[in-house]
Amino acid sequence: MATATKRSKFGSFIRKNWIGYAMQAPYTILFIIFVLAPVLIAFIISLTDYNMFQDPNFVGFKNYELLMVDDTIFWTAVGNTLVYAVIVGPVGYFLSFFAAWVLNQLKFRNAFALAFYAPSITSGIAMSTVWLYFFSSDRYGLINNVLMNIGIINDPILWTQDPKTILPVIIIIAIWMSMGTGFLVFLAGLQNVDKSLYEAGAIDGVRSRFQELKYLTLPQMKPQLLFGAVNTITGAFGVFDIAISVAGLPSPNYAGHTIVAHLYDYGFIRFQMGYASAVAVVLFLITFIVGRVVMHALRE
Amino acid sequence: MTAERLKKNSSWTAVYIIMIALVCFTALPLVYLVSTAFKPLSELYVFPPQFFVRNPTLKNFSDLMLALSSSAVPYTRYMYNSILITVITVVLTVIITSLAAYGLVKHSPPGSKTWFNIIVAALMVSPQVTQIPKYLVINELGLVNSYAAIIIPALASAYYFFLVKQFVEQLPNELIEAARIDGGGEMYIFWRIIMPMLKPAWVTMLIFCFVGTWNDYFSPLVYLNDQAMKTLPLALQTIGTGIGRAGAVSAATLLMTMPTIILFTISQRNVMQTMIHSGIKG
Repeated sequence: MATATKRSKFGSFIRKNWIGYAMQAPYTILFIIFVLAPVLIAFIISLTDYNMFQDPNFVGFKNYELLMVDDTIFWTAVGNTLVYAVIVGPVGYFLSFFAAWVLNQLKFRNAFALAFYAPSITSGIAMSTVWLYFFSSDRYGLINNVLMNIGIINDPILWTQDPKTILPVIIIIAIWMSMGTGFLVFLAGLQNVDKSLYEAGAIDGVRSRFQELKYLTLPQMKPQLLFGAVNTITGAFGVFDIAISVAGLPSPNYAGHTIVAHLYDYGFIRFQMGYASAVAVVLFLITFIVGRVVMHALRE
Repeated sequence: MTAERLKKNSSWTAVYIIMIALVCFTALPLVYLVSTAFKPLSELYVFPPQFFVRNPTLKNFSDLMLALSSSAVPYTRYMYNSILITVITVVLTVIITSLAAYGLVKHSPPGSKTWFNIIVAALMVSPQVTQIPKYLVINELGLVNSYAAIIIPALASAYYFFLVKQFVEQLPNELIEAARIDGGGEMYIFWRIIMPMLKPAWVTMLIFCFVGTWNDYFSPLVYLNDQAMKTLPLALQTIGTGIGRAGAVSAATLLMTMPTIILFTISQRNVMQTMIHSGIKG
């Protein structure tokens, strides 16, 4: 009797919900296999010396020890990635917001929007051929040519070979491409802000556009600002293809070496999967912590 | 004109100047790209370098086809690979993600809320973090050096799921219930009622997915060993070397860049409509 009611309860639960589960099943299975499980597996592999050719041995935190203590190139990569993220992240984010905010008040909004958004949908690899011409190290390079014509420099600057200029060049290209999802989200969010709010604000003594932005627009756009921030942060710390197409792998003096480039080097060139996974876990922790901190700050 | 008015105007002039400077910054490389793709050889190597083309020609495009038709893998083969991979990925992503988002929001079986929170947390995991385990999984499944190695993992995107889910929440329940009372099957409701209403969301997903797959450099680099299976971003790097190839490279770059920009231009309105609902509620 008791089992019968249990079974029928279970039966009715299934009857009621199977469609909802079935619809989610394909996505859920793929998500578990290719997103959730890999995060866990990365943690596990990072504690082994797995190299694809031999059976893995458990080595504890040795990979992390090596990474943190002996691997000076890793620290170069961390330094480069941090400099890159600290500049490209905020600059891209605020530039996107500023552009969206101004655009929203202009005519020909869609044409402007396309002009700003187009760079971010081009391929970093494809556009680097154009940028490599701009920053070409001889007198044929556009920027060298202009600078020499004005008389600022006498000899061409070796933009993509000189360790001093490699990172700045990567950063300039990345900022050029940075008005991506954030920009679209902000523009859409701005268009959706309740117009009557501005009228009420004008009565309450909001004078300038900047006051309006601070007191009325920004609080309304919190959800969009958060979504934009998440996208910006994961993008900024994952820098890879622009860096290696500008500077190569390895780059001169590792001046363009990033965390993901380091991960790629150990994982897919040397096949030291355990070590590379430790790099991945560190990247994960950095992104996640920075993400949490920024989200928290934005919520305030 | 009052002093205050004047001050206001001058600050707007400053804003306009900044905007125009920004537009120049974003547009110049693209203008240069288009201009260079049509330059004849004599203009490509002229000194001092010229920004704009004087005598436009299509020779670079024919060079591109010729130069690579004589090599082992013709350029059209790379195009075929890119188009095939992108189209299959986009179509499957749109169907699987829309179906799951609809199931989660409108059927909402127990556990859906927790599950959604996990997916939102995954937004913060950059895809590079999971590259190695993903590689091991794909290797284990025997998919390395197949198109499936690029396509299947790409279908599990937290980002697209999030966008579509936010949009599905805005759909009225009444329409779905009315269709159910009329005796429509669940799949009928999904295809005939939900998908048309979801159009702005899946068009947006289609664009982003197209751009992401089309431009993807990392996955083909890692998973495809066979030169004949490689995609355009990888091909671009193989054309890049050699004197006299500058024209062909810029033609190839233009060909690779155009589809994404054209697609976005066509569907801009849908994209904006979806983005309105995209925020994370804090």
